[in-house]
Amino acid sequence: MIHAIDITALGKQYKGVAALAGVSATVPMGKVIGLLGHNGAGKSTLIKLILGLIEPTSGHVEVLGQSPWGSAAVALRRRIGYLPESVAFYGNLSGTEVINYLADLKRAPRAQAGKLLARVGLGHAKGRRVSTYSKGMRQRLGLAQALLASPELVVLDEPTGGLDPQATRELYEIVGELRTEGHSVLVSSHVLAELEPHIDSALILRQGELLAAGSVGELRRQSGLPDMVVVQLKDAADPAAFARELNGFALAQTLRHDGRFEIEIAEGGKLNVLQRLAADPAVEDIVVREASLARLYDYLGAGTKREVEPTA
Amino acid sequence: MNSIAIIAGKEFRDDFRNRWTIAVAVLFAVLALSISYFGGAAAGKVGFTSFDATLASLTTLAAFVVPLIGLLIAYDMVVGEQDNGTLLLVLSYPISRVELVAGKFLGHCAALATATLVGFGAAVVIIQIMQPEARTSGAWFSIGNFVLSASMLGASFVALASVISVTTADKARAAGLALVTWLVTVIIFDLCLLAVLVFSGGNPWEQSLFPQLLYFNPIDVFRLINLTTLGSGSGNELFMGMTATHVYRPWVLYLAMLLWVVVPFALAQFLFRRKEV
Repeated sequence: MIHAIDITALGKQYKGVAALAGVSATVPMGKVIGLLGHNGAGKSTLIKLILGLIEPTSGHVEVLGQSPWGSAAVALRRRIGYLPESVAFYGNLSGTEVINYLADLKRAPRAQAGKLLARVGLGHAKGRRVSTYSKGMRQRLGLAQALLASPELVVLDEPTGGLDPQATRELYEIVGELRTEGHSVLVSSHVLAELEPHIDSALILRQGELLAAGSVGELRRQSGLPDMVVVQLKDAADPAAFARELNGFALAQTLRHDGRFEIEIAEGGKLNVLQRLAADPAVEDIVVREASLARLYDYLGAGTKREVEPTA
Repeated sequence: MNSIAIIAGKEFRDDFRNRWTIAVAVLFAVLALSISYFGGAAAGKVGFTSFDATLASLTTLAAFVVPLIGLLIAYDMVVGEQDNGTLLLVLSYPISRVELVAGKFLGHCAALATATLVGFGAAVVIIQIMQPEARTSGAWFSIGNFVLSASMLGASFVALASVISVTTADKARAAGLALVTWLVTVIIFDLCLLAVLVFSGGNPWEQSLFPQLLYFNPIDVFRLINLTTLGSGSGNELFMGMTATHVYRPWVLYLAMLLWVVVPFALAQFLFRRKEV
């Protein structure tokens, strides 16, 4: 079976320094995959290897069933769309001129180029020079060109860097549409919270190594990351007494500076704990937080430090 | 349309948008006209004078301007795309690295050749209209020779600029290196040759070596192509006198010029293939 991306023991060294080492992963067709990691974790190197812009030092990478490196891959590149990180394009050309030039290079009809500009919401600005575009408009132009020739695989490198929340939401709406249309999407980011609702699974890189891979649910199970409940006590309640009471069933607890308790609950014990908390007369409000990717990320050790230190 | 033509077309249009090439065309036309009109002022007469003298002055002028413009329009062809983030993007497109550099090279060369042809051509047409005695086949041959060699000189410096562009890490360094290249080829190289002449005092060994040294600078090759065609008596006595002991065959000069285009271009291609992006 052909996968969108199939990576086996992939490594890349720059002048003896390993940017990527022993990474193996598979991206199935038609899924949206998040590529996560801090700056310098190897995200851009991995993307360049997938696009065939650099040659692997060791291991193999196959994209849509072919090796992307070498002269035979030129035809393959037509089936891949790519949005590089913070691309400025050609400032002296208008939006239409830029997309037409790129459409010609990709052998995509110019009619499609015009439609894509309208789809990403640049229809009104297509005649303006790109140097007058805002950051968000440039990213949208970048997204439009990545969709030229309807590629089977779309690679987005930090697509939301520097975008405001509205522009970010619009961008992920388009990513959602791409999934519906059957495209495979690889999207890299270090803004984990915004990526989480939009991806089917994630690859997490740290210092050039694959730290974890799988859907958010799988990753949570893999890591045994506890669920978290935030409890607001009534004004009249005694926090010290409540804390003692918690010791019986909570994995860990923290009293936050706003007076709320953060309680970690072991896998599987959530309902039981919630029932006890709901019955407790001192409790004013309960907020259940599923392990977000951000917490998961910290928990896996990809972050610098865990956010929640156990106190009990 | 193939990828090279698409890329060349974009670079060609960009060059005329930047107005560098238009400036060259206008400069050539204006200077050609003024040199031919005022060139005889020292001899006490104003008006269109000898066509050969005009061409000789233009050769000296083009030897300064054409290399500069070639370097200016092409020094950022790869490093500029790297700076604004489009190099990775374009390389992810279904084109090869060879096609990218070849397209850009051809686009810039075509722009420079067009500027030379249009600017110089306009001046020549005016001179021919004003000065009936210049309407000789020899004049047309000299003009063709000049436009062709100037275009090749431009191509040679576009190729040198490509080498700079694929080896430098950012645009500022590329610009600095382009300027250094211009200074070395236009001024320092000839100064060094002069120094050699002065200190050696013209012994036979040096006299036989010196004419060969001129092949090592495309600008000198360009001068030789044009001035040997015009012959003496066109105000080039100094330059011609320095090389009088050697007979330059036109085809050898053109071959040298061609090598000055092809070798740097091939070097740029070779270096760009190996470049880590």
